[in-house]
Amino acid sequence: ENVDPQRTAFLLRKQWTLYSVTPLYRFSNARLRDYARLLSAFIAAEKQKGLAVEVGVELDIKVAVSSLPDLKGSDQDQAAILVQLSSRSPASPKNSEEKLIWSGWFCCVSGDDLSENVPEDFTCLPLFLANGAESYTSIVGNWFQKTFDCCFRRLAISPLHLSWMAAMWTGCKVDKTACAMELVFSVPRLPQPLDISYAIHPEDAKALWDTVQKTPGEITQEEVDVFMDCLYSHFHRHFKIHLSATKLVKVSTAIASAHCDGIIKFLQSQYLTGVLMLLTELAISRIQ
Amino acid sequence: MQRRQSSKTPKQPLQVHHKNQTDLSAWRKGGRIDPEKSVQDHQSPNDQKNDSKQDSLEQALSYFEKVQDRVSLKKNDVLQKHLTTVETIALQRGLPPEGFDVLLNVALSGKLADTVNTRLLKSLVPASVIPETSVVSSVSWLCVSKCSDNVQLLFLRWLITVFDFIDHKEQLHALYGFFFSFLQDEKMCPYVCHLLYLLTRKESVKPFRIRRLLDLQAKMGMQPHLQALLSLYKLFCPQLVTINLPGKMKTYFKNSEGPWKAAINTVRRRNQENSPVSKPLLLGTAQPQSRKRKWNTQLIIPASSTNKNNLEEDREKNRVDLYSMNESFPVEQLQTFSQLLQNIHHLEFPSQMGSVLTNPLLLHYMNCIKDESIYLRLYYWMGQTLQEECTWCVADNNQYEEEFKDFLETVYKTECFLQEGFSSCEVFLYKSLPLWDGFCCRSQILRLVSWIPLSSFSEMKSHLYDPLAQLFFTSSLYFKCSVLESLKELLQNWLNWHVIHLDSDSDSEVHSLNTTLSGLVNVVAELIHFVGWISTVALRLENNPTFLLYFILDFYETVCDMYLRYNLPLLIMPPAGVFYPALLSMDSVSLNQLCYLMYRYRTNLVAAKENELSKKKILQFKFSSQTYQEYNQYIIAMVGCLWTSSAFQKDVHPQGLRMDDELLKKTTVQEFKTSFNIVYHPAMMGYAVLFLQQAWPDDTTFNFGLIKGKKWNWYLEYLYAQGLKGLKVFIESSINRVSQASHSKAGNVQV
Repeated sequence: ENVDPQRTAFLLRKQWTLYSVTPLYRFSNARLRDYARLLSAFIAAEKQKGLAVEVGVELDIKVAVSSLPDLKGSDQDQAAILVQLSSRSPASPKNSEEKLIWSGWFCCVSGDDLSENVPEDFTCLPLFLANGAESYTSIVGNWFQKTFDCCFRRLAISPLHLSWMAAMWTGCKVDKTACAMELVFSVPRLPQPLDISYAIHPEDAKALWDTVQKTPGEITQEEVDVFMDCLYSHFHRHFKIHLSATKLVKVSTAIASAHCDGIIKFLQSQYLTGVLMLLTELAISRIQ
Repeated sequence: MQRRQSSKTPKQPLQVHHKNQTDLSAWRKGGRIDPEKSVQDHQSPNDQKNDSKQDSLEQALSYFEKVQDRVSLKKNDVLQKHLTTVETIALQRGLPPEGFDVLLNVALSGKLADTVNTRLLKSLVPASVIPETSVVSSVSWLCVSKCSDNVQLLFLRWLITVFDFIDHKEQLHALYGFFFSFLQDEKMCPYVCHLLYLLTRKESVKPFRIRRLLDLQAKMGMQPHLQALLSLYKLFCPQLVTINLPGKMKTYFKNSEGPWKAAINTVRRRNQENSPVSKPLLLGTAQPQSRKRKWNTQLIIPASSTNKNNLEEDREKNRVDLYSMNESFPVEQLQTFSQLLQNIHHLEFPSQMGSVLTNPLLLHYMNCIKDESIYLRLYYWMGQTLQEECTWCVADNNQYEEEFKDFLETVYKTECFLQEGFSSCEVFLYKSLPLWDGFCCRSQILRLVSWIPLSSFSEMKSHLYDPLAQLFFTSSLYFKCSVLESLKELLQNWLNWHVIHLDSDSDSEVHSLNTTLSGLVNVVAELIHFVGWISTVALRLENNPTFLLYFILDFYETVCDMYLRYNLPLLIMPPAGVFYPALLSMDSVSLNQLCYLMYRYRTNLVAAKENELSKKKILQFKFSSQTYQEYNQYIIAMVGCLWTSSAFQKDVHPQGLRMDDELLKKTTVQEFKTSFNIVYHPAMMGYAVLFLQQAWPDDTTFNFGLIKGKKWNWYLEYLYAQGLKGLKVFIESSINRVSQASHSKAGNVQV
């Protein structure tokens, strides 16, 4: 894939909380600096409610809004937008190091389904990923909601989609010796929560998947079901536990790890857009 | 075809939802019209006890208006009673604007003990706004120092908390100097600073005031409240304030929210629930708190605020007025209908479209502007909110059912106002109905069903009819009736839509696929067939209760008149499973309703036949001969049942009453031949008995045979006088009475 790994490296190995976002009304890529200025004033105002805030002066929290043109799937996709909040230490306001305290980005990878059907005034960036304190996510999200009349919703990942991710990522090639594939299941209706972690050697998993997948480059629901059933029956043979009766809550592979609560961690920059494509699809299915 | 026939009929179809149109006059705010009244006008009628509360509040207020000096609380039951009234009402509903003058006067005049004054001040929770005049007069009390320091402090804290509720602030600004003079009081200083901070404008910043503040700072040391005010002065007039102020402070002012904040939020929420008109101007302190942990899932309809996205590039200009706008009229200032008319050419929609839901003026505006992006913004917002807040689709949401109900209610009212269904609602219903238990938010959901836009049948069947039928068959009688009611409204809304579009689209041939006439006829026909089917089953399941029958026949009252009232070339007879239970009902109401239906069917069918025969234009649609045939079969059964006592012989409907004489004899009922006519029909026999009693008071044998000949006509007149209007129009239209003298030879007219 054509992403420069250097430029997106900072997105890797961080936990991102997923949101779906409805199209932004009257968002303009040409005014990112203005947005940064207004957003920083908004944050200052939110933090000291009721007091006057001047737009544009130096504030505790610096906001940067920039574009990430690399993160695209198709020509119709909007360039991703990155929002970063960093704090200045109040002790020495000048020249002191800025510390990144929160970041979030909007993106759309192969979201043609949505962007084709939306009038010009709207910008489709249906997937939002945030890392940092939720209080900042809330302020930034509220500002976007107020300014561009959009709606944010937490994007949970269903067990069905998690099993798709497990199968898809198993089939991906990774250069280095990869870490184990891990599936976490939670057992419902117990007095105490019980999680079952099921780790599989990545080569074994890949060997299994290769026997299941009929056409390379194409995956069907049936194949995913067969793959998961094989893993379940193997587990049952050893532990006499039917995993099909539990809920798949987390999938970790060398490509990425995903939690059903809507949290994702990207681990390989070459597969970044691939994973984002799937997540974009999930986000779009919720807002259409 | 009679195009505007609909307007001549007594019940005009377009007025059906008139009651839900929001009263424009109620929207007018400020000025001479009391906003509190408008709030109360919208309170639900079942809130009857509000009236008595209102009375006791008025009594309490007039008591406090006249109260004399030095009334002791402990010894005076009347004072105690009125004080408690004020406190309770204030915490529950907030006080009306006219209450503040009285209560502030008494609390600050020092007439009563401090405990009373404190309690009065603590209960000053506004229901809507606080009149500026009452605040001004309280400041004058403050200047004459009649009240204790504690009361003064409490008043200042109150003023800060409710600052945003004061209706005007011009006169208050004129008192800036007075407030400023209070700064010298050490105890009051922090609160006065806060108040001045709220009041300060650029023109308030004067060199002598800056000097005074600096003096105070020199005397009292670096106090955060003084610094706050100084920094604001510096912000307005950097050239005048030359001192260096230290960097950012965490908090400038002590929390002065006091005991009011929580109460204000509760009252505001409550009043917002009861009123379709939100108070978009209440900002700051009045913002409802987030009740849920998740920041983006609060069910709050945003307030209307100007779209600030039109900021200018020029930074210097931005310094002058923070967010400069183009020439557009700010929506926050839009309060009256005349303002809307004057500014309609440069009005802009608020930054969040969702806020139009509670703003009737903007809904009017929305009705005028046909812009796709408006609907799309609303579609996204509403769709997401409905999905996220749905109490049965999202786990852990069930504790917020009341809020969700209110939201659905607001959406429904908006749909009534616009006379149009939202597609986001349709999508939501289709997604959530299969999961619905038929109980949660029942009336709201069923009302939203009535605004589902016309769409293709295949979609309606799998998304609406199938899940609805499942619930319908397994739920209570009451639920069944509610479903029938909302499907009747759905039908009426579709038909109204059709009538309106007949008029507006008469020139253009442009129709989308599913709004062509044949498409519409098919979709409407499917709805009627669906209702016919579920009605038949429901009557069997519930054993023909009159209550259910009423709702079913009510539905058909719309159906039987579609041709004349809505200009739709479609008539569908009720299925036998509905017709016969109504005909043989034990209840005169159902029978009378059925008679009216058959009369309207006849009128519509005759009109259609005439149009067909005159062939003024080639008709695209004709009623099938099957409709006429069904009508004739039913009319034979009815005439046999009500007039000629020949139902068992002449009924030709396959599911009808025809029975062999042999079989009838086996029932051992004597005179089975006469057992069905307007005298002997079980639904009519009660009338016959009363008629006999009046006509032959001495006769106690109940000889029904006496009702014949002239008496038969008297009996008819008697029935008509009892309010059986449906029977009257039916007999007068459908029964051909050969001669007024002989009733037995009457026959029926077939169309």
